[in-house]
Amino acid sequence: MPIFIDRRLNPKDKSLGNRQRFLRRAREELKRSIRDQIRSGRIADVDAEHTVPMPERGTAEPSFNDDKASGRRQHILPGNRHFSPGDLIPKPGQGSGAGAPGNKVSEDDFRFVLSREEVLELFFEDLELPDLVKLNLKEILAFKPRRAGFAATGSPTNVNVGRTMRNSHGRRIALRRPKQAELDAILQEIATLESAPAGAATRQRITGLREELDRLERRRRRIAFVDPVDIRFNRFDARPIPNAKAVMFCLMDVSGSMGEREKDLAKRFFVLLHLFLKRRYERTEIVFIRHTHEAHEVDEDTFFYNTQSGGTIVSTALDEMHRIIEQRYPANEWNIYAAQASDGDNFATDSERCIEFLDRRLMRLCQYFAYVEIIDERETHIFGATENGTSLWRAYSRVDLKWPNFQMSRIATPADIYPVFRRLFARQPAPARKSA
Amino acid sequence: MARQATKPGLLFSGSDWDFGKLSRVHEAIEALAIEELHLDTYPVQMEIISSQQMLDAYSSVGMPLMYRHWSFGKHFLYEELLYRKGGRGLAYELVINSNPCIVYLMEENTMALQALVTAHAALGHNHFFKNNHLFRQWTDAGAILSYLDFAKGYITRCEERHGLAAVEAVLDAAHALMEQGVFRYRRPPKLSSERQREGLRERLEYEERSYNDLWRTLPPAQGNKKIDDRDRGMADPKKSLNLPEENLLYFLEKNSLVLEPWQRELIRIVRIIAQYFYPQRQTQVMNEGCATFVHYTLMNMLFDRGQINEGAMLEILRNHSNVIFQPAFDDPRYSGVNPYALGLDMMQDIQRIATEPTAEDRDWFPDIAGHGDWREILLDAWANHRDESFIRQYLSPTLIRKWRFFVLGDAADEPHYQVASIHNERGYRKIRAALAHSYDVGVNRPDIQAVDVDLLGDRHLRLQHKVKDGVVLDEASRDATLRHIRKLWGYEVSLAAVDAQTGATINERSTRQIAE
Repeated sequence: MPIFIDRRLNPKDKSLGNRQRFLRRAREELKRSIRDQIRSGRIADVDAEHTVPMPERGTAEPSFNDDKASGRRQHILPGNRHFSPGDLIPKPGQGSGAGAPGNKVSEDDFRFVLSREEVLELFFEDLELPDLVKLNLKEILAFKPRRAGFAATGSPTNVNVGRTMRNSHGRRIALRRPKQAELDAILQEIATLESAPAGAATRQRITGLREELDRLERRRRRIAFVDPVDIRFNRFDARPIPNAKAVMFCLMDVSGSMGEREKDLAKRFFVLLHLFLKRRYERTEIVFIRHTHEAHEVDEDTFFYNTQSGGTIVSTALDEMHRIIEQRYPANEWNIYAAQASDGDNFATDSERCIEFLDRRLMRLCQYFAYVEIIDERETHIFGATENGTSLWRAYSRVDLKWPNFQMSRIATPADIYPVFRRLFARQPAPARKSA
Repeated sequence: MARQATKPGLLFSGSDWDFGKLSRVHEAIEALAIEELHLDTYPVQMEIISSQQMLDAYSSVGMPLMYRHWSFGKHFLYEELLYRKGGRGLAYELVINSNPCIVYLMEENTMALQALVTAHAALGHNHFFKNNHLFRQWTDAGAILSYLDFAKGYITRCEERHGLAAVEAVLDAAHALMEQGVFRYRRPPKLSSERQREGLRERLEYEERSYNDLWRTLPPAQGNKKIDDRDRGMADPKKSLNLPEENLLYFLEKNSLVLEPWQRELIRIVRIIAQYFYPQRQTQVMNEGCATFVHYTLMNMLFDRGQINEGAMLEILRNHSNVIFQPAFDDPRYSGVNPYALGLDMMQDIQRIATEPTAEDRDWFPDIAGHGDWREILLDAWANHRDESFIRQYLSPTLIRKWRFFVLGDAADEPHYQVASIHNERGYRKIRAALAHSYDVGVNRPDIQAVDVDLLGDRHLRLQHKVKDGVVLDEASRDATLRHIRKLWGYEVSLAAVDAQTGATINERSTRQIAE
């Protein structure tokens, strides 16, 4: 009789540790794949599983192997039909030479799925997000514990004393647990009897009373005052925090001066904002507005990949945004977020218009307006901390001073993106004090 | 409902399995195997697993427990992909050479399949593991599971103590040398019992804790240092190193100067696992052949006795013929000789030779032709052969004709292959020898040995690759592997390719020439 063991209920994912080690090892390559996918994919798709090709660098397992294209060897094959000894058979297409790369290609076909958490981890890596923020973003839903009745099990901190004592009381009555008053009465009686002159009847009475007292006390010991069955705990339900709707406006300057690098940085900035909004709101929509000297609402592909020539008038985009808000996203129903990316060029006279427009109209409607100026890495030390800058930067600086929900920053590398969001991720919206 | 349909005598009907049926079937099959085939097996432990768990087992080289390493994660992804795409079905079973013999059964199998698998793994493979001389001598079925348990725990502790990266570096290097980490000619020492191992480890830890270079009281010798070194060096440089050494992992474990005790232990773990699998690699045809022969014979017997019904038998036969499917060399599905098919054919052929030999068989196999008792011959073959010797001894002309084997000469510098032998009078022996040769693991894997260490100078380790028939090593993987060896050795390592016949050095590659 063999031993049977049913392993099906054993914990799953025995090889999870191996997977994590593998991902860690192939990290750089996976990061590149994810980056490429984010660059070519949609903003909203980042927050999902991704299929990536099997990384090759750093994951080879070398060993001493024969070179297939050297020396003399023999193959023993089944299924001879018409060969005789001495027959020559030409090698197919320079044989092994063509064979080896052929194998490679099939290995390239290997793609595997990274979970949402793994993708985000890789995506966050060079954005240098603080851990708490990463955790916040990876969390799918926010829950808040809410009282939901009582439970018979729970942790000691959640004991509901009132309910427990009520149960205890009921049980004591049902089981006729002698009350303290009864005992006291008997003791009292014994005391009075003992103080009175002794007689046979009295003594008998006292013995009787003592026996009664003894019985009652034993009964009290057997029936606990609070029994484990009485104890009730407060039960808590994890309720998702109610979410509302949010709309995110992506505004971008698409005039010729915005190159691939600039667009890539801008895209990451938008992705991060979208991730954040998606976590906080049940429903998020994205509106893409691109502008040159005129602004249009476009779809995502056009937004990132179609170039358009023309001058740069930023206020057109703000106008367009305002028009769309009026039309589709009433501010009392929607949380409005705006993210603007630009290289800072603008007609000097238009910058004034922008300030005015933001000040008068838009900032009142927006929860948050983030402006990033994408600059060359070489320019970082020039622009470093000074308030000098492009015309748009100087203009927006004034808005920044006035409106706490306005954020602006210069971005040269991916790591610069996060500081723009710092206030957004802060637990409590900070009061009007602003960091420069 | 199923019970009503079960005819008396039938072990089961319907396709669903349960533990009662499994147990009944195992008992019937085991009784039959002992009675009819005289099999001798370890006790069996059957474990029911899901496909996910089967994939897990696949990725950790088929062992129920294994230490953690990224390469297993990578293999898991490959296996999972192949499986998901439908490119490869999962095995119905997995069997482990241990005592008790562990057999994994997939939960998806139908009852008929479970019966087939029980006969195949729990009896066929099990008998082979217990009786074949290679497994008996080179592996320790009783100790392997507890050893793996120790290995897993030890490596986890190392990771906690020295960090993932440090452990990974040693394991990567050791994995690269797994092929060169087995004793081919002398027997490996037996796995020590858990107690001994515990003691050894404690001693190791104590030494690690107590050794401190500050306590060295002898001042380093000044003037006569050189002479000393020379004296010591001259006395026993090679003797203590035991050169040449074919087991590179063993050599590095024992002699490397840069390894910490825990790093040596890691290498030892990899080496022992490599050694454990070495017999399996040498007995693919025999092992699978034995198991296939056993399941085929037993299932037919059960059917003849009316213990399984036609439906189940049909399903068993369909699966059986899938397993032993052998496409011809020009078929797109061809991927080498199917060990199940070759093994089964050879064993059935022995059965035929023993009972109804032809004149040719009498000529070729005077010992066994017409012997009558094919069980005895097979039991003897299973116990005493590996693939190479089994084929060399028992591949008959009948079978060569049936398979239409032919030998193709392939010289790298010529534009075409040449047919060397076919299934004719002149070719039989050549084909048999060539096929046997191709199953000789010692011949197939590159022969690399440590031959010299410069003890007086820069501790340069010299390896030698004996080049047979002009087959050299693949350069990219050779260089990468040499880099790994250098990590373990700590000093320069070079590999010389030497022609096995003439002794002439073909080329030499040193880690100095390879960029880190």
